[in-house]
Amino acid sequence: MTKPTLTGAEIVVRCIAEENVDFVFGYPGGAVLNIYDEIFKQDKFKHVLVRHEQAAVHAADAYSRSSTKIGVALVTSGPGLTNAVTGIATAYMDSIPMVIISGQVPTHAIGQDAFQECDTVGITRPCVKHNFLVKDVKDLALTMKKAFYIATTGRPGPVLVDIPKDITQHSCAFEYPKEITMRSYNPVIKGHSGQIKKAVDLLLNAKRPMIYTGGGVVLNDAAAQLTKLVRMLGTPCTNTLMGLGGFPASDPQFVGMLGMHGTYEANMAMQECDVLFAVGARFDDRVIGNPGHFFREGRKIIHIDIDPSSISKRVKVDVPIVGYVRDVLDEMIAMLEQSDKRPDPVALKAWWTTVKEWQSKKCMVYKATVGDGKIKPQAVVQALWRATGGDAIITSDVGQHQMWAAQYYPFDKPRKWINSGGLGTMGVGIPYAMGAQLANPDATVACITGEGSVQMCIQELSTCKQYNIPMKIINLNNRSLGMVRQWQEFFYGNRYAESYMHSLPDFVKLAEAYGHVGMKIEKAGDVEGALREAVALKDRLVFMDFITDETENVFPMIPGGKGLSEMILAEEL
Amino acid sequence: MRHILSVLLENEAGALSRVVGLFSARGYNIDSLSVATTEDITMSRMTIVTHGSDDVIEQITKQLNKLIEVVKVVDLTDGNHIERELMLVKVRAAGKDRDEMKRMADIFRGRILDVTDKSYTIELTGDSHKLDAFISAIEPGVILETVRTGASGIGRGERILKI
Repeated sequence: MTKPTLTGAEIVVRCIAEENVDFVFGYPGGAVLNIYDEIFKQDKFKHVLVRHEQAAVHAADAYSRSSTKIGVALVTSGPGLTNAVTGIATAYMDSIPMVIISGQVPTHAIGQDAFQECDTVGITRPCVKHNFLVKDVKDLALTMKKAFYIATTGRPGPVLVDIPKDITQHSCAFEYPKEITMRSYNPVIKGHSGQIKKAVDLLLNAKRPMIYTGGGVVLNDAAAQLTKLVRMLGTPCTNTLMGLGGFPASDPQFVGMLGMHGTYEANMAMQECDVLFAVGARFDDRVIGNPGHFFREGRKIIHIDIDPSSISKRVKVDVPIVGYVRDVLDEMIAMLEQSDKRPDPVALKAWWTTVKEWQSKKCMVYKATVGDGKIKPQAVVQALWRATGGDAIITSDVGQHQMWAAQYYPFDKPRKWINSGGLGTMGVGIPYAMGAQLANPDATVACITGEGSVQMCIQELSTCKQYNIPMKIINLNNRSLGMVRQWQEFFYGNRYAESYMHSLPDFVKLAEAYGHVGMKIEKAGDVEGALREAVALKDRLVFMDFITDETENVFPMIPGGKGLSEMILAEEL
Repeated sequence: MRHILSVLLENEAGALSRVVGLFSARGYNIDSLSVATTEDITMSRMTIVTHGSDDVIEQITKQLNKLIEVVKVVDLTDGNHIERELMLVKVRAAGKDRDEMKRMADIFRGRILDVTDKSYTIELTGDSHKLDAFISAIEPGVILETVRTGASGIGRGERILKI
């Protein structure tokens, strides 16, 4: 069969179709006009026109996070790309597989300070897994294949392909490679069996074993394996913010999220265990606090990670295992199934007694609203859980509301909790809900946000109208940048510098102006009913503005630089 | 501690900036860096001289390996190796200094590449210590200009870095 001769623009579109992509999120502009012309002529995938390039990347990112498919974003050169950078950096920090295609000025104009020119490869280099500038149309198909391959294998991440406009006009014979190998890119994906054996032995001989899992379990679709292994071993299990849903929150072995705003029992168990098994998690500063304080003589640490550089980066590890989490866990399960040995039941019972004592502290408490008092934000999240049967896809922005969502909406399944953990990007909530809803058209998708974050990508309400995206926006409106205000209250002598927001818009009218349903809820007694009503409006976006108690803080809390056992609990204040 | 890392990487536009960007982004030190293509023109070889604790060097090695264009990374200081650096020094060579400079160049097995009636340009190769020693052996006032390549390194004997 002879290969068809196609233009660069046709090749881009064909490559995207070959990768079975359903949606491309983007925004047109001069440098990508040829590509848009080809998108117009095809029906293999749909294009979603956002209102700002940042949202295109966030939506594509959430499309990846909430499904097993890959998100694709398409932006033009110059400002199109610079607007996309926040989205790219957000995806990079959370290891999200995605491909970003950016237009570039024609090759002859590169370096001439041309209109809408920027050094895309240079600007994005530190926040992508890899990037390419295509200088010859003959390299285009192979480069696109490499981009998808690199993005989805090893430790996943965003890959950017920068395509000058003249390349999209040039033609060449097209063939999309089925398979690809690269001599310089061969990530280790199979865990070392000897190390896996050592890990199993350590866990079987542990007196106080603890399992701590992160985003790697979710990204590698290893939740079933993890759940099986944890139940076989009978140990407590905690998830990081990124790992929520990797182990069912309703399971009695789950001790809650750990870290800066994690549970007392999870943090104490991390600190006091004798064998710690870290699965697809990276001991970051918001999780273990101060590494010096975290260190315990005699505690053994096992760490599975796909990225060797995540191992022994902040915390020394005794048994490192590099490989895909899912395969390593499968191998561990197989080893356990062939052996009758299990952790010493007497020791395990004693350990659980200790853990239960910690649990009896009931660290996740807040004072319920009394009488006509203000709405408690935590109560809104709990009511949302009830109204959605605990099975919604929840996106969040960044701040107090994000922590309350993580604490008070327990997730039993992976890929249901979509938030910016690493970069902590305010403004992701609405675009994340767009991507998640398009990837899961039948799911209830709710965006838990605050009046600060939501205004950072509020323009996407227009996109939601155009594509009928019926998300529920839960705006926990405390008239202040809550997490900043909380730190100012605790550590800056109540000097609330610029954390109070004056002149907020009327969110109900704003939602209506965009063609959506708006609700304002001011009484605690109305929360439950309003949420049920909103969830029942299946085909409408409902913007729910909850006027909440502005004095509420997130507890427990480990102050920055402190250790896991140095939590501040609500009752202590 | 001082380490010499040898890096084989794809000879592609931008590969060098990824390596340099990695060092600056993560706060690692580059004492010197030299790079050129190998006998296979699709591949470049880079020698990076850096210093740091064992943990830092381990991270540098892992982070370098993570770069998509990097094919192999070897820490030459893990075993026997040879390192050489080239320096060109332009010195004032007039009057009584002229014979003295010639003598110093000979002692350090330097070669005089260019001569004027007032100056010599001397080529010196050796490890960095030897080049440093030459600089400190001559009077600072006579040095007009120096340029150094940074170290290149290779393993001794059967140690071979190749794909």
